[in-house]
Amino acid sequence: MTTIKTALTKKEPVQKTDKKSVYLTKQLNLWYGDNHALKNIDLDIKENEVTAIIGPSGCGKSTYIKTLNRMVELVPSVKTSGQILYRDRNIFDKDYGVEELRTRVGMVFQKPNPFPKSIYDNIAYGPRIHGIKNKKILNEIVEKSLRGAAIWEEVKDRLDENAYSLSGGQQQRICIARALAIEPDVILMDEPTSALDPISTLKIEELVQELKKDYSIIIVTHNMQQAARISDKTAFFLNGEVIEYDDTDTIFSNPSDKRTEDYISGRFG
Amino acid sequence: MRTSVQEMIAQSKGKKNKKFIEKIIPWILLLIASVSVLTTIGIVLTLIIETITFFRRVSVFDFVFGTTWLPFSNKEELYGILPLIVGTLKVTLIAVIVAVPIGISAAIYLSEYASETVRRIVKPVLEVLAGIPTIVYGFFALTFVTPLLQTFFPEIKIFNAISPGIVVGIMIIPMIASLSEDAMSAVPRSIRDGALAMGSTKFEVAWKIIVPAALSGIIASVVLAVSRAIGETMIVSLAGGSTPKFDGDFAGSIQTMTAYIVQVSKGDAGYGTTIYYSIYAVGFTLFLFTMLMNILAQYVSKRFREEY
Repeated sequence: MTTIKTALTKKEPVQKTDKKSVYLTKQLNLWYGDNHALKNIDLDIKENEVTAIIGPSGCGKSTYIKTLNRMVELVPSVKTSGQILYRDRNIFDKDYGVEELRTRVGMVFQKPNPFPKSIYDNIAYGPRIHGIKNKKILNEIVEKSLRGAAIWEEVKDRLDENAYSLSGGQQQRICIARALAIEPDVILMDEPTSALDPISTLKIEELVQELKKDYSIIIVTHNMQQAARISDKTAFFLNGEVIEYDDTDTIFSNPSDKRTEDYISGRFG
Repeated sequence: MRTSVQEMIAQSKGKKNKKFIEKIIPWILLLIASVSVLTTIGIVLTLIIETITFFRRVSVFDFVFGTTWLPFSNKEELYGILPLIVGTLKVTLIAVIVAVPIGISAAIYLSEYASETVRRIVKPVLEVLAGIPTIVYGFFALTFVTPLLQTFFPEIKIFNAISPGIVVGIMIIPMIASLSEDAMSAVPRSIRDGALAMGSTKFEVAWKIIVPAALSGIIASVVLAVSRAIGETMIVSLAGGSTPKFDGDFAGSIQTMTAYIVQVSKGDAGYGTTIYYSIYAVGFTLFLFTMLMNILAQYVSKRFREEY
């Protein structure tokens, strides 16, 4: 079944209308105390695409991506209204456990944050807490995830070493592998390259292109060139609102809103 | 018109005493700092010298391997320290059994679950607990815990190892809780976020990520607490009894190394007698134990420190 699916998506040209929604955001509002951080957000994010979220600092892009796996609720005094449908189910429903949601939706953070454990244990952590104990299966998962994150060749002989012995770029790919290990449906990336050097950044960008075959990726970036290079769709956030959301090509070549044009041409932000 | 600031600076720079003060200040500070170091060296030296005098009269072998401690005998005095060590270890063992689970649970709660308000109230309370004079703990053990234990286990004697063990445990809980909490709180937020974003529950994050990450600090806190338990004096003197025994009985009277020293110090052992020197030998043994523990704590926290 999956092979047929991947074969189809590979052969056919990208047809936006055919793709299913993975995240459907309806009239989302969010407040940090009195600060109205997200205002009436409506976004339809499709599966197996890279969706970039761009905008100046403080525009709410990080807040929005953290709302998608409800990590934002770790901040005290956060209030939300509206709906986010993940695969047709409202993530704010009372009976929707955050653990269940976060098992389906992986996340990669701004600063690499591997666990202070061995490389192997970092990757095996997710499968283990979700009940996979078989050593052989774990070995397979670890190798597959590290290959998936394009770091297997670099670390295969040092899986017992602490993840903090790696460089920043390698650590970030470990974090991606860690997310891949539970084979999530969506991967959220919150400025994953902002703490990395250009070469590591390039590696991560190439990786994102690979990963979108199997995963839906939502990436927040402050780097407009990066959004243009790697994403299929781009949403431009400003002051907590979505100003424009369209195909990346359209956003960067022919934006319909003056503010989008000003931002991408570097007039502010 | 007044002179410019630069000129005034140039004038005051000319004053020599400023340079002089700068030169002697490090020496003065060094002198003051060395007072504490020299005192320590002095104490240890006294301990060693008097211990050597003791070993001129009693063989080291008998002291280290002897299983009878009978200094007040009319016939032959026996100085085998093992009964005193066993007494100390009994109390320490019970203290650890009481304090480690409670202390670490409290630390996990404070670091991972408690709200800022709760933490602000509980941490000072813990520190107050650490400030209670040990004599008060001793009375607590003797007049409250022992009778309480006796109502459930009548075979427990008025002086025993369990009651002081429990109370020494209570005494070291704040130390374990507070130091372990510091170690857990030092684990960066980002690592917690990473674990939570994997779909971990709060407890999984605490138990599988935070505790292992802070393990060196937690172990160091336990070892330091054990060192305090070994050296604890008032509680065991009051509630432990004064019967040095080389056995596994926890319900009857015992004697710890510290309690023996108290017994002799407040008794009438004359200067120059073997009993008088024996307290130095016991004190030296105690010192070895606690020093080993402190070195172990330092080693653990350095060797196994996680970097993040």
